[in-house]
Amino acid sequence: MASEYEGMWKSLGMDLGAHDQLLAVLGQGYTDVFLSQANRPKGMDYFNFVMSEVHGLRIKEMLEAKEQGEKIVGSYCVFVPEEIVRAAGATLVGLCSGADFAMEEVERVLPRNTCALIKSSFGFKLGKVCPYLESADMIVGENTCDGKKKSYEELNKLVSNLYVMDLPQTKSENARALLKAEFVRFAKAMEELTGNPITVESLKKGIAITNAKRQAMHRLEALRKADPEPISGLDALLASQVSFYDAPVRFTESVNALCDELEERVKDKVAVFPEKTPRILLSGCPMAVPNWKLPWIVESSGAVIVGEESCVGERGLRNLTDDSGQDVESLMEAIVDRYFKIDCAIFTPNEDRADHIVQMAKDYKADGVIQYALNFCQPYQIEAMGLESRMEKEGIPMLRIETDYSPEDAEQLKTRVEAFVEMIG
Amino acid sequence: MFFAGVDIGSTSTECVILNESGEIVAADMRPTGANSAKAAQAVLDSAVEKAGLDAPPHRIVATGYGRVSAPFAHKVVTEITCHARGVLHLFPQVRTIVDVGGQDSKVIRIGPKGNVIDFVMNDKCSAGSGRFLEVMARALEVELDDLGPLSEKSAEEISISSMCTVFAESEVISLVARAVPVEDIINGIHKSIVNRLASQMQRMNPEPDIVMTGGVAKNSGMVKKLSMAAGHTVLVPENPRMTGALGAALTAMGLERE
Repeated sequence: MASEYEGMWKSLGMDLGAHDQLLAVLGQGYTDVFLSQANRPKGMDYFNFVMSEVHGLRIKEMLEAKEQGEKIVGSYCVFVPEEIVRAAGATLVGLCSGADFAMEEVERVLPRNTCALIKSSFGFKLGKVCPYLESADMIVGENTCDGKKKSYEELNKLVSNLYVMDLPQTKSENARALLKAEFVRFAKAMEELTGNPITVESLKKGIAITNAKRQAMHRLEALRKADPEPISGLDALLASQVSFYDAPVRFTESVNALCDELEERVKDKVAVFPEKTPRILLSGCPMAVPNWKLPWIVESSGAVIVGEESCVGERGLRNLTDDSGQDVESLMEAIVDRYFKIDCAIFTPNEDRADHIVQMAKDYKADGVIQYALNFCQPYQIEAMGLESRMEKEGIPMLRIETDYSPEDAEQLKTRVEAFVEMIG
Repeated sequence: MFFAGVDIGSTSTECVILNESGEIVAADMRPTGANSAKAAQAVLDSAVEKAGLDAPPHRIVATGYGRVSAPFAHKVVTEITCHARGVLHLFPQVRTIVDVGGQDSKVIRIGPKGNVIDFVMNDKCSAGSGRFLEVMARALEVELDDLGPLSEKSAEEISISSMCTVFAESEVISLVARAVPVEDIINGIHKSIVNRLASQMQRMNPEPDIVMTGGVAKNSGMVKKLSMAAGHTVLVPENPRMTGALGAALTAMGLERE
């Protein structure tokens, strides 16, 4: 399959045999989870195509641009300011971390009780199966949770181009100053990497590209508030996931085209699920490609996911960057303002997040919230405990799920999710 | 018109058949074995025969972990909802259900209107389930049904520190080797399971009436210990293994009214 890219993958130093296996599993998973859905919008064809070429054509395109001097920056987190990367004329991609791979090798480097997301990012490196990672000129790590910041010390031994960004843990003035200092340092690093100066014009352009992408996704989010819902949660999640890989302007156009179609569907009351299907808000840890286990279980248990309170979802997309500044300093301030509002569980306290969940549950007319945490992800696991009482007070049913990427617990999860759906239905 | 509920659990499969007025006309059970689809069909057939029906029940609902392997079912509903429905039928005042089956344990909270308002389930490990007790009974060379009565003769409370089925088994074997009385060992096993169940139960703010179901509810020693831990008498249906199938049959009856 896709053998025309073998030369390219080989030149990136990838393990072709292992990569073939990965693509086979990914292809089968995609068929089972996505292509089997009924009544999908036509606009999803584009995303099917992107996914079928996610390690092929997209990499080829990026490598061609790279030959023209465009740098590739890989990231693991929505705190990496895309505006600054784009301002420097580089491209930003999310790095693979949504599937178990080469776990035996990973567990020689990291403790077994490390979260699946971190382990996966190492598995893709050690297994030599992520073309994004292998083609990146710079890999940006960020000091979010303890697991991530300590594991970057180990990742640094495996790659030569890791840049670690420090991040604040509170929303105090000092914390904001730290974020500002780190973004300024990052802007300099981007200038050095690309040789392109960051100017008012380039920043405005970077902000415009990034904001347009967010606005398109906000449009999609708004359409999902419709009852009946015109698109499945899985398909909407896929669009969020693809936003981390795709060329931004083309992505924005494709999401807008999808939204045009969905607007018609809403007008005509065309739905993807039967009437009165219970509506679920999914909240918690990020879901990187191809981590579709829980959403798939939810949507095959007689419910529809109407929103994601997640880094791959509203947490990552909320708020635009103010582009009205007339100098680099004020534009940088605006970027800091925008990212400082992200309600990641690494912040303490993090009450904004609880408020956002309650607000989202109301806006999306959700019948219940599923709190999803990866095993060993203490920040989200602990917040889920506190959220239980908050949701009870608000009268919003909530189910707490802790899981990882392995299919081992799928049956137990299915029982719990189905019972939850029966309870709220 | 007749209605059937089939509960396909990890250890045993049960079937209950109701008539139009909701009275039980037949009930049957058998070990699930390796082929849950076969067990489901067999238990349905034998219950139909017991009830003397000349046609299959009008509506059938399947539940339990093997619920998808019942092609004859008109609807599939989880064991959480079915247990709640079955228990509520027998104990209208129930607010908390503790169900301990073959490989899982769950606590279900029932609202004033009889609806499920919350539940917890063990996720991966089967420690503290019926299977755990089966393994311990085998290690002690006593019958499963004798565990309850034997534990009530215990004179001294000992602790079993391991909750992993494999490690607990070797711990029990070493206690036997040290000539610790079997009654005390069983009592210790019960205590460690109840401790685990109690913490699961606390998450649900248990209110009376508390009803225990599942095969483990047949163990009087477990029920007494759970009552102590809960601070309320734990009630047990006459046939605690049948509540899931009963709830499924009641759900089947509800399908007709929809």
